[in-house]
Amino acid sequence: MTINVRFFASLRERIGHATLTVQADGIASARDVWKAVSGESPDEEMLVAINKEYAGLDRAVADGDEVAFFPPVTGG
Amino acid sequence: MTVEIRERPFDPWQAVSEYRSTRLASVKCGASAVFVGTMRDFNEGDEVKAMVLEHYPGMTEQQLEDMRSEAVSKHGLEDALVVHRVGTVHPGDDIVLVAAFSVHRKEALAACREMMETLKSTAPFWKKETLAEGERWVERNTPG
Repeated sequence: MTINVRFFASLRERIGHATLTVQADGIASARDVWKAVSGESPDEEMLVAINKEYAGLDRAVADGDEVAFFPPVTGG
Repeated sequence: MTVEIRERPFDPWQAVSEYRSTRLASVKCGASAVFVGTMRDFNEGDEVKAMVLEHYPGMTEQQLEDMRSEAVSKHGLEDALVVHRVGTVHPGDDIVLVAAFSVHRKEALAACREMMETLKSTAPFWKKETLAEGERWVERNTPG
C-alpha cells in the first residue's frame, strides 16, 4: 500500500517534511499512517484530512490516498 | 469564482464594489453584509511585525466553496463572496473578506457571521507570526 502524506504548519516543521510517501503493509487507518511517519501517538488536537476532506483518525485509508495532518486551523 | 485565495494584497471594499456592479443582480439585493478581517500589530501582548499565512491548496478552496454554497442555500442568499489572503502579510493588511447579499438584512447579517465563524473553525489556514525576536505559530483562534 502506498500513501501520500502531507504535513502543514507546525506539524510540517516537527516532522521535517512537507510530503512523504509511505509504503507499508499493515496500515489500515489514518492513525496507523501517523504512527508510521512519526513513531508517536497522535496529539488530541491534531486534524486529519483524507483526499482533502476532514476525517477521523480511525478512518480507513486505501492505496493511493492522500492523508494530511495539521494543527488546529487559524485563518480569518 | 466567488471564492478566491489571493497571494497579493487586495482591497476588500473595491472587491465588494466590483462584485456588486459586475456579478450581482444588485437590483434584487436590498442588503449587503460585509466582514473584513485585518492584521493587527499585536497578539497575546507582543508586537507582531509580520505574519505568513499558509493554506492547503485544493482543500482550502473546497472548504470555502462548500461553506459559501451552504450559506447561500440555508439563508436563501442571492449570492456570497469570500476572499482570503495567503503569503506574507503586514499590520494593516486585509486578510479576509466575507460578503453576503440578500433581499433583506436578516439573512445577510446572519449568513455573514455564520460563514466567518465556519471559516475560522474549519478552513485550512495557519498563521505564523514574526515577532521582535523570533517566530511563533498561532495555536488557536480567539472565540467569536
